[in-house]
Amino acid sequence: MAGLTDKCAITGIGETEYSKNSGKSVAALQMEASLKAIADAGLKPTDIDGVIPYGNMEMVAEDFITNLGLPDLRYSAVTPLGGASAVAAIQAAVSAVASGIANNVLIPIGRNGSSGQRIGARAGEMPQFRLIGEFEMPQGNIAPPQLYAHMARRHMELYGTKSEQLAEIAVSTRANAILNDNAVMTKPMTIEDHQNSRIISDPLRLFDCCLESDGAAAVIVSGSDRAKDLAQKPIYIMGVGEGHPDSPSTITQRPDITTLGTAKAAPRAFGMAGVSHKDIDVAEIYDCFTYIVMCQLEDLGFCKKGEGGDFVSNGRIARGGELPINTHGGLLSQSHIVGMNHVCELVKQLRGSAGKAQVANAEIGLVTGYGDMGDGSVAIMRN
Amino acid sequence: MTELDYDKPMPPLNRDSKPFWDSMKEHNMRLQRCVGCGKIRHYPRPVCDSCYSMEYDWVRASGKGKVHTWTVSEHAFHPGFLAALPMTLATVELEEGVRVCAQMRDVEPGQMAVDMAVELGYEDTGANFTLPVFRPA
Ligand SMILES: [Zn+2]
Repeated sequence: MAGLTDKCAITGIGETEYSKNSGKSVAALQMEASLKAIADAGLKPTDIDGVIPYGNMEMVAEDFITNLGLPDLRYSAVTPLGGASAVAAIQAAVSAVASGIANNVLIPIGRNGSSGQRIGARAGEMPQFRLIGEFEMPQGNIAPPQLYAHMARRHMELYGTKSEQLAEIAVSTRANAILNDNAVMTKPMTIEDHQNSRIISDPLRLFDCCLESDGAAAVIVSGSDRAKDLAQKPIYIMGVGEGHPDSPSTITQRPDITTLGTAKAAPRAFGMAGVSHKDIDVAEIYDCFTYIVMCQLEDLGFCKKGEGGDFVSNGRIARGGELPINTHGGLLSQSHIVGMNHVCELVKQLRGSAGKAQVANAEIGLVTGYGDMGDGSVAIMRN
Repeated sequence: MTELDYDKPMPPLNRDSKPFWDSMKEHNMRLQRCVGCGKIRHYPRPVCDSCYSMEYDWVRASGKGKVHTWTVSEHAFHPGFLAALPMTLATVELEEGVRVCAQMRDVEPGQMAVDMAVELGYEDTGANFTLPVFRPA
């Protein structure tokens, strides 16, 4: 797999306005983001010969052929890993482009997660949640904040992790969102605000939970040989990996419920990239819940299992800290675009175009996805 | 009450797990056991992940377990659970080595602790199925 290092680059990114009520269809949002990404790369829609739609089946490859007039789509796939899909799709795109199957793969994600049907309401209908639907939802264990609270409580009991440490993540992420012109949440948050927010499912409070949002984002993966001639500075994909946890469909039966699929993906991504943790200048970590950020930082190897609470404290993850994370405001405070907003932000950081949230001299960065009860995906990129 | 009046999610019919739900109705939880290697597994499924045998039988659960983790929900994600809030949901490791997710009964949230001994109980829903609950042992 080391043969894939730097073979591909992100050549274009596109984002719509992020909001609580887009007033647009999911199709319109995804096409707008796709056209922006294609234009950003300096490509034409007819240059797109691969597409990886988001695996929830709202939009399929055929929709992109029809809307964008793609004359000869040579590659399509879906990566059905929930919130880990966007970064897992980068792995699929890299393997398709590096092997010569396609030249320019479009990866779009978008939805009306706020104004449309709520995410929690859909979960029981999805095949990957069939076991939860039969054995846990009838008891009232229904939505991610409850399902993940079991993980967070166990982590707290084993390692002494505190709600105030989870608050550090929410507060520093909000501070970043305030610098972002395309963020939904713009009011400052303190640790006290977090501690005063209502319990959703103990130990998770309202401010431990992500937003539900409307909007779309898209990226283009191209071969590095062609990327040099396109409109933007190529952001090279050094390493990528996906990982599925033990007992992937139910947290209840997972032998170690404090470990995510990220722990399997991370060594592959770091190994392929040939870099170590201290080389990472900025990290965009999938943040459906504060606890999931902390747990991924452990599973990525930035600290040992159980040390995540201390790791995220004392400004380490803030801008100007040792490892700035979620410089755009994340799912917690920018918008829930299923982590494609994290991919776009990492590309901006490495291009040096991240505006007020720019991390000085960012050369190598990491982005993760997480979803569907524990799937993890990791990509490491450089400029 | 009938299934039509029931206001909470119901387990869908599933051929692989029907004997489990039948045993719940009898207040006598049975767990799936591999005939090939003896491994007990839950939730029910067609293949043993240790020896790949598709032969299995059903053995009675002791009903004894300990708390692995828990959450106390103060938000109902389904209107049927509004009246149950705050609701303590436990992940319990049974003596047999598999886990069951169920609501706790007769416990204050502050009493909950990892490894607390609990005992299985049964609650008929009135909708032709029975759910597990746990109480401090
Ligand atoms: Zn077996």
